Amino acid sequence: MDLNYSPEDDAFRQQVRDFLAANLPPDLRRKVRGHLRLGKDDYVRWHRIVAAQGWAAPGWPVEYGGTGWNAVQRHIWDEECALAGAPPILPFGVNMVAPVIMAFGSAAQKAHFLPRILHCDDWWCQGYSEPGAGSDLASLATTAVRDGGHYVVNGQKTWTTLAQHADMIFCLVRTDPAARKQDGISFLLIDMKSPGITVRPIVMLDEEHEVNEVFFDNVRVPVENLVGKENQGWTYAKFLLGHERTGIAAVGRSKRELRFLKALALRQQLGGRPLLDDPVFAAKIAQVEIELMALEVTVLRTIAQEDRAPGPQASLLKIKGTEVQQALAELMVEAAGPAALPFDSALLEGRHGIAHDSADEMQAAPLAAYYFNYRKTSIYGGSNEIQKNIIARMILGL
Amino acid sequence: MDFEPKEEQRQLADALRRWIERDYGFAARRDIIHSPAGESPEAWRMLVELGLTALPVPEAQGGFGGGAADMFFVMQELGRGLVAEPYFATVLGARVLQLAGGQEELLERVAAGEVKLACALGEAQSRHDLADIAAKVSGPVDAAAVSGVKTVVEGGGQADMLIVSARSHGGQRDRDGISLLLVDAGTSGLVIRDGRAIDGRRCAGVTFDHAPATLLGDPGTAWPVLEAATDWGAALLCAEAVGAMDALFGATLDYLKTRRQFGVPIGSFQALQHRMADMFIHLEQARSMAMLAAAKADSGDAEERRRVVSAARVRVGEAARFVGQQAVQLHGGMGITDELPAAHWFKRLTAIGLTLGDVDHHLRRFAGQPGFRVA
Ligand SMILES: Cc1cc2nc3c(=O)[nH]c(=O)nc-3n(C[C@H](O)[C@H](O)[C@H](O)COP(=O)(O)OP(=O)(O)OC[C@H]3O[C@@H](n4cnc5c(N)ncnc54)[C@H](O)[C@@H]3O)c2cc1C
Repeated sequence: MDLNYSPEDDAFRQQVRDFLAANLPPDLRRKVRGHLRLGKDDYVRWHRIVAAQGWAAPGWPVEYGGTGWNAVQRHIWDEECALAGAPPILPFGVNMVAPVIMAFGSAAQKAHFLPRILHCDDWWCQGYSEPGAGSDLASLATTAVRDGGHYVVNGQKTWTTLAQHADMIFCLVRTDPAARKQDGISFLLIDMKSPGITVRPIVMLDEEHEVNEVFFDNVRVPVENLVGKENQGWTYAKFLLGHERTGIAAVGRSKRELRFLKALALRQQLGGRPLLDDPVFAAKIAQVEIELMALEVTVLRTIAQEDRAPGPQASLLKIKGTEVQQALAELMVEAAGPAALPFDSALLEGRHGIAHDSADEMQAAPLAAYYFNYRKTSIYGGSNEIQKNIIARMILGL
Repeated sequence: MDFEPKEEQRQLADALRRWIERDYGFAARRDIIHSPAGESPEAWRMLVELGLTALPVPEAQGGFGGGAADMFFVMQELGRGLVAEPYFATVLGARVLQLAGGQEELLERVAAGEVKLACALGEAQSRHDLADIAAKVSGPVDAAAVSGVKTVVEGGGQADMLIVSARSHGGQRDRDGISLLLVDAGTSGLVIRDGRAIDGRRCAGVTFDHAPATLLGDPGTAWPVLEAATDWGAALLCAEAVGAMDALFGATLDYLKTRRQFGVPIGSFQALQHRMADMFIHLEQARSMAMLAAAKADSGDAEERRRVVSAARVRVGEAARFVGQQAVQLHGGMGITDELPAAHWFKRLTAIGLTLGDVDHHLRRFAGQPGFRVA
């Protein structure tokens, strides 16, 4: 047992830090660290900077443009990016649809889509959930009926993250209504510009437009856009769900937020002393910090077994990761106190709205919205209740 | 003992609830909170007509002389209905005026619904400690002026008169040396920056620069009034929170019975049943404490009042957090949408938790009472 990073790992980390110091635009860093909202341009700009370096898809095989890094190096990369305040590389293209295309897609699909994903030429979104199919994803009802060289798609997807910007959507659709509900599903790649697609915004409780409803009305999709075999889509979806298993813990981001929280609690006063000196509040932060340490080591233990098949361990990381994130967001609001009450949407969007008297006020203003927004993390990507069901069934055999 | 509302209390609550259901439904409220003014003159007129502005004002000033127990049933309905009008700000101001004395005429106008009040008590550095005051009083007693910056003033942009805490003498966190003053919102030396709060209400930042003010009571002696009035307000917020939790709990229970996944209502999953049971226990414990706080909030025994109000704020605050977060979670994706009332009860509960002392503040105060150390 040796729980230290190797000298090679340390050197790699330094290389990553140097890259970030030289290439992460300060305005993006400020937005991310300050809990402000990111626009399409922000994501695309950062993705292309990273792609120019050849690091946009560290997990891919080298032949497709991956980095050849091992799992520890990928972890270090994720962690340093998050610590530095880099915008995330959105997972829908790089981490979700791309591995499915690599594993099950046609040669033409690989040749066309993978380079475009790598360089963020297409913005992808994920069309799985439907109004009647959330946790029970296999009961999805959107149909795709074969008509010559096309599938004709009808139905509705919902909660589609950032679909308002999307060029492409990967969808689970029902191609055999007669089969058992998991068996009649196919995996389709659909151009968002196709006639018959309507995207309708859903405003979230923090008033952010982050998710959408997507309607399909006789949308014609070329059969070439079917991934793998017809009616095998559920297998591919499950493959995808187990694929990115360590990133979801978001340890790096939580470390950055922990620093932010401590800095905030150092500036906030309680009885003329820093709030961080208050034993009650300090104990709460300490508890989250310890939980985060435990999570980090658990992630590293998972990484160390990288050659084993992805498993239900991901559920543990998702539950703990989101619990830590939510606890940090909650403590930030608590630390800000009444200063977290004003809601300033102009500031959140990076415009100057209400005149804030001080930098402290500017920093406190987005925190409640951030706390509200982060209630999503225990719901999406398979709710935490569903993750517990998976642990109970797949790990504990109950 | 009797935990049921008296007949008049029930009638008033029923009338209020009927009005909310008819005229202040979710869509109507949404239009109001997103309007430039952020409040509705019709809604205010209705609150006045129902007698709500007169309720806590003494009979001698044309009010009904209602106590915190009467206010309990009103606040509960306002919480249930998510009423965002600057009512709480006004009645809290009225409570200050009543305890400070000497503003009978103004109280009459408040009771009649002609004047809205707001209390400018917090400052950037004070967080939940209302004795932490840097704003200053200057000038002689009969021509006082106030200078300083007050933050997060609920209803500050809607008020006709502001009640301001400021320091006549003493150090920044001394309880001795605090004054309360009345400032006309239209006077010189006042800048009000009105904005929306996270729960859809309005709050303002207010800068006073030698603003002409009227002292309430003797200079430097206002702490007991300030503390008693805000304790009364804190007890009212407990009642409002219970109303909001009650409604949120009901909506979640309905959702668990109707939302189907895996071919069954999600309420048939034991994990969710137990969660609902925990929410129910939180709610009932909170309801009990909110009632106790309402019963003691007007009490002349300051130590008992502090103890009970702080205990209620802790218990209600913890319940509000649990019920609010779990209600969102149990609604799944629907829970994070702005079009669902659940999200708005959650936001209001969060805002209440940050107003007039958070859980930690009241825990500290509870444990800090002299009686706490008696073994
Ligand atoms: C911000 C956000 C972004 C999203 N982005 C996308 C996206 O880009 N693409 C996409 O396809 N989907 C997306 N989703 C959808 C997400 O995957 C679903 O919301 C999630 O799977 C839950 O489904 P539901 O909302 O229908 O809740 P429901 O399934 O109705 O669940 C309601 C509640 O019941 C619980 N529950 C359900 N079944 C069980 C059970 N068997 N045992 C115990 N508890 C249970 C749930 O945990 C939850 O608390 C997003 C969701 C959110 C909130």
